[in-house]
Amino acid sequence: MSKIEFRKLSRRFERDGKSFPALEDIDLEVQEEEFVAIVGPSGCGKTTCLRLAAGLEFPSSGTVSVGGQEVRGPGPDRAVVFQQFALFPWKSVWQNIEFGLKSKGLGAEERSSRIAKQIEMMGLQGYETAFPHQLSGGMQQRVAIARAYVLDPVVLLMDEPFGALDAQTRTVMQEELVRLARVNPRTVLFITHAVEEAVYLADRVVVMTRRPGRIREIIDVKSVRAKEGWDRFEKIEEVMDQESFVHLRTSIWKLLREEQV
Amino acid sequence: MAAYPQQAALSRREFWTLSLSGLAAFFGLWSAIALSGITPPLFLPTPWAVVERMMELTTQPFAGYTIQEHLISSVGRYLMGFGLAVSVGIPLGLAMGWFRGLDAAITPLLEAVRFVAPIAWVPFAALWFGTGIGGPTLIIFTGAFPPALINAYRGARFVEPRLIEAARTLGAGNWRIIVEVLLPASVPSIVAGLRISAGLGWQSLIGAELIVASSGIGYLMVKGQSNISTTTVMSGMIAIGVVGVVIDVLLRRLQSRIETKRLGKGSAQD
Repeated sequence: MSKIEFRKLSRRFERDGKSFPALEDIDLEVQEEEFVAIVGPSGCGKTTCLRLAAGLEFPSSGTVSVGGQEVRGPGPDRAVVFQQFALFPWKSVWQNIEFGLKSKGLGAEERSSRIAKQIEMMGLQGYETAFPHQLSGGMQQRVAIARAYVLDPVVLLMDEPFGALDAQTRTVMQEELVRLARVNPRTVLFITHAVEEAVYLADRVVVMTRRPGRIREIIDVKSVRAKEGWDRFEKIEEVMDQESFVHLRTSIWKLLREEQV
Repeated sequence: MAAYPQQAALSRREFWTLSLSGLAAFFGLWSAIALSGITPPLFLPTPWAVVERMMELTTQPFAGYTIQEHLISSVGRYLMGFGLAVSVGIPLGLAMGWFRGLDAAITPLLEAVRFVAPIAWVPFAALWFGTGIGGPTLIIFTGAFPPALINAYRGARFVEPRLIEAARTLGAGNWRIIVEVLLPASVPSIVAGLRISAGLGWQSLIGAELIVASSGIGYLMVKGQSNISTTTVMSGMIAIGVVGVVIDVLLRRLQSRIETKRLGKGSAQD
């Protein structure tokens, strides 16, 4: 059963009494433990797709379901990682990670052991009592990812999570996410405008058209990765050196370039 | 900077010199007019006559009590009215910032009522709650309540939407969003509101005591007026000013302490 399903979905926005289409005819299924990245020109509605799955917005027609349930509002079964981290500045690292667990009604002991495990997994030991403003951007995003992962959600929704980070931190975080996905595979919907990032991280890359956003093409990266054995590489630059990687990246670039007229 | 030398920061020494000169000029002018004989002493007493009277009032009861006792009685009433205004205004303001329906139901009423000066409530305050504790408390409440409420409301309305969205995706319900997101995010706005609220409350108290109550600084001033003792009235005015400044300084300290604690110095706020 697919974990995320967009069916005949469209979304229109009202402005000054006029109605503008943002998304049209989106049909997409994300399978269990599949990592799907959506790329597209800015303003194509890719973030709207994610917000619809999160329940922060609603479709004008069609449906979005997660885990077989139609989405009717936000909830901790669909954890979101935002571009601007959205950590609570008045809460410590520990308290930020704890926030969602409290909604799930878990006891104090269960919460503590889960948080401790997550902190270790994200390399945040020693920062438990630090506040977000005391951390670098990369560390803040680690906390935001931990806050999402700790909920053990049905799906993870990531909205350009590394867009606000500098290039080096970004690379480290991408590798970290790949490592995390190997240890602890999840169903992920990942929004980005960086083609390389999408090809490196995703099993499938969805390319969108410019406004109104439709699905232009879906590229299967997983089969190429399996055939070429990218998984044996530890570092992103080694993968990026592969001819097959370059080929995929270039063909997605061309698709996007055509949309940017 | 060079284009506007008036805007250049003053050194500590310059600041104090100028502040003290301002005060000295004020008292100098006051003394000069009082001594010149253009006004009778009753019309404008000299500063030292007022000081002398204040010292007297600390030992000799006037209108039943010494000036300290009047002050304590005023401060007690004030704390009750202010405390009530804050403990109703802040939660209600936050709730109005979250529940649009509540906002729509209350805001128009409040917008109109807040233009009615606290002193206009005196007849009803006395009628409904008496002239002892209840009446004055209500009048202070009417002065202190609107800023406490409005600042909590504004704080809640201007919380970064992404923090609210984050809380919602993490499964927080209305109650947790209000207590764990809107309230902490609104603290700077709430504390700024408390300063205004405290000031307006203190001003309203004196107004209230001019009419109701049987003790307090306002009452002392009314009695001074009916005894044609202008020095007593001025002693009351000075006491009001001094206590007002003390209240504001305390709240300003609280405000800056909260701000430094939250933001840290030179922090890279995401």
